[in-house]
Amino acid sequence: MGDSMRRYEIEELGRLLALLPPAPDGWVEAAQELPRARASLDLLIARAEEDAELRARVLADLEQAFAEANLQPTPRLLEEARRRLIE
Amino acid sequence: MTRTSEVSDESIVARCRAGDAAAWNELVERFARYVHAICVTGFRLSREDAEDVFQDVFTKAYLGLSTLRDDGAIRPWIAQLTRRACIDRIRATRPTVDGDAVELADPADTLGELEQALDVHEALHALGPPCSEVLDRFFARDESYRTIGEAMELPAGTIASRISRCLEKLRGSMEDRVEPERLRDG
Repeated sequence: MGDSMRRYEIEELGRLLALLPPAPDGWVEAAQELPRARASLDLLIARAEEDAELRARVLADLEQAFAEANLQPTPRLLEEARRRLIE
Repeated sequence: MTRTSEVSDESIVARCRAGDAAAWNELVERFARYVHAICVTGFRLSREDAEDVFQDVFTKAYLGLSTLRDDGAIRPWIAQLTRRACIDRIRATRPTVDGDAVELADPADTLGELEQALDVHEALHALGPPCSEVLDRFFARDESYRTIGEAMELPAGTIASRISRCLEKLRGSMEDRVEPERLRDG
């Protein structure tokens, strides 16, 4: 396949630039927090799996357990924590 | 801006796999607009659904990076993850209308345009400031000449001519690029 060049009109470039506005800051920040959040979640689950009393306490009040683990609760993380603790 | 550096996709993916938090931040920054636009412009999801899909896509990307065979293919992979997540969300939230399954139109034309838009944003980033900033603010962020002038400490009266000059530079940059195979092949 040889190189090929495309002719861009100025108006088209402006239109294409406008097609990608920034994603909301909060969405980006939440996605960037994923590795830290998942590491904290994994740690919380590992501790709970080793300690039946802690596991019961975490299941009884997940949001409190998240707060104590310095973990921001999101519906996705809460659901995952509940699922993994019940399995 | 869409991209935060001239580091290659391959390099960022490799660093993410090694647990480099800064690389993950950069990967999210690099593809956030693209994922957002596929959700909102391509599939016309509501804000709430789009946010869920957005987080779902990056969660799957984070968890699935180790399965990616070609680090340079992260862009089509993320596009595919997003497309599938959007379709799943539409099926889950709008299963039927008057008892009939909703027909899912695959917005292939729009998705193709978004891919071209990402190419243009990458070229814009490569131009660097001030062109990258002034064009991004005007076109992508929809800011007025006055707002741009205040933010960049430039006379508002010079913004229009800067935009014009920067668009010409961007056009030259785009035309110098080898057109990606995915565009040639349609």
